[in-house]
Amino acid sequence: MTEPRHTPLHALHLELGAKMVPFAGYELPVQYPMSVMQEHQHTRAHAGLFDVSHMGQIVIRGDNYADAAQALEALIPADVLGLAENRQRYGLLTSEEGGILDDLMFANRGDHLFLVVNAARKADDLAHLRARMDGVAITEITDRALLALQGPSAEKVLAALAPEVAGMRFMDVASLRIDGVDCWVSRSGYTGEDGFELSVPADRSEELARKLLAHEEVAPIGLGARDSLRLEAGLCLHGHDIDEDTTPVEADLGWSIQKLRRQGGVREGGFPGAAIILSQLAEGPSRKRVGLRPEGRAPMREGVTLFAEAEADTPVGRITSGGFGPTVGGPVAMGYLPVELATPGTTIHGELRGRRLPLTVTPLPFTPANFKR
Amino acid sequence: MKYTQEHEWLRPEGDIVTVGITKHATTQLGDIVFVELPEVGATVSKGEEIVVIESVKAASEIMAPIDGEIVEVNEALAANPALANQDATGAGWFFKIRPSDPSQMDDCMDEAAYTALIG
Repeated sequence: MTEPRHTPLHALHLELGAKMVPFAGYELPVQYPMSVMQEHQHTRAHAGLFDVSHMGQIVIRGDNYADAAQALEALIPADVLGLAENRQRYGLLTSEEGGILDDLMFANRGDHLFLVVNAARKADDLAHLRARMDGVAITEITDRALLALQGPSAEKVLAALAPEVAGMRFMDVASLRIDGVDCWVSRSGYTGEDGFELSVPADRSEELARKLLAHEEVAPIGLGARDSLRLEAGLCLHGHDIDEDTTPVEADLGWSIQKLRRQGGVREGGFPGAAIILSQLAEGPSRKRVGLRPEGRAPMREGVTLFAEAEADTPVGRITSGGFGPTVGGPVAMGYLPVELATPGTTIHGELRGRRLPLTVTPLPFTPANFKR
Repeated sequence: MKYTQEHEWLRPEGDIVTVGITKHATTQLGDIVFVELPEVGATVSKGEEIVVIESVKAASEIMAPIDGEIVEVNEALAANPALANQDATGAGWFFKIRPSDPSQMDDCMDEAAYTALIG
């Protein structure tokens, strides 16, 4: 096994007393002395700073934006070409079988595309992009850290250093100097809260992180709370809630496929797995990702088998993410169910330690999104 | 107070022993969000898994440290599992057991030995 890689903020995490764990080939903070539960609550109430430098940052350049966008549309079922300058969208890299190779953010940065992809998938994503896109230059950005500042106070904290951020809306992107550091900023995140992601030159990232942490409302937040925050927000984790065996339609991510890429659209299909994905969009999938609330206090985690009835012999699905939701104040989960069982309010059963316990199908997100539209 | 290798503490009072898990254990587990306690009146054997604890991170089991009968469980802990993090050796106790063979406690560590164990 190779040694886990360090992010540019590694020394700062140790100084802050983080408990470090291996994750996607990196050594990253799972929690700080504040504890997972309090880090979660702090992010929802104030602002949390996350080191997400392990994620992949990719620039795609063609002769112009349209050139790069057209090339990416061959791999992502989304309207990349029509994305306005300085705007960002959520997209999926699909397989020929209609599965999800990765989920990502892509942004129109004027003359090029900027992508943020999952750490565990970045090497495969780069190979996929390079093998399948012609006439564009694909560059992995390895000299920049990625920080996320999330929570209702994020705007106030960041605007004190760069007033322009207050004018950004959800999914806007901009190049800004923040406290003298050149940042690529997007108003987005992975918590269900308002917030920003900042791509920062690696050699200035610790300095900027310290500046943000100096604000009384900002606390450092680890991977533990990142997971419970995104779960309550109903956001997918690739390799768990979505993967090569789930289609975008089954994952209830059909909204990320704009009309003009669907049947009858002006740029219909033309991406891997289009036949399967477009027919599922038109006709409906046989199973669907849903939110689930266990009725008792016991968390039901990934892998719990789901049954239509307490006495049923045959499983109908499984939990793909689950745990305790600190803001909800109880256990929450996501999983896949046949569409006939996927209506909110339906009671199903999960097998936990040999017992069948009830769960209720619940609309996602579990906690209301707090974006600045 | 006595301690086990599994980070349980045992506090004998008369012919009853109160059992919980140590501060070191709750710190390692992280925020505890669920505790499932044994039935009052159950007869348990040393090494039997009788409590389930779920922290934000994972599920784990607590074993009966000695043979005996469960005479009381901490319902307040079941209702508010965070008590185990807040007051591990006080309000965060798990159950009370009447030992069938009190000499089994001779295998437990004293405070000095436990402190040495957790370093």
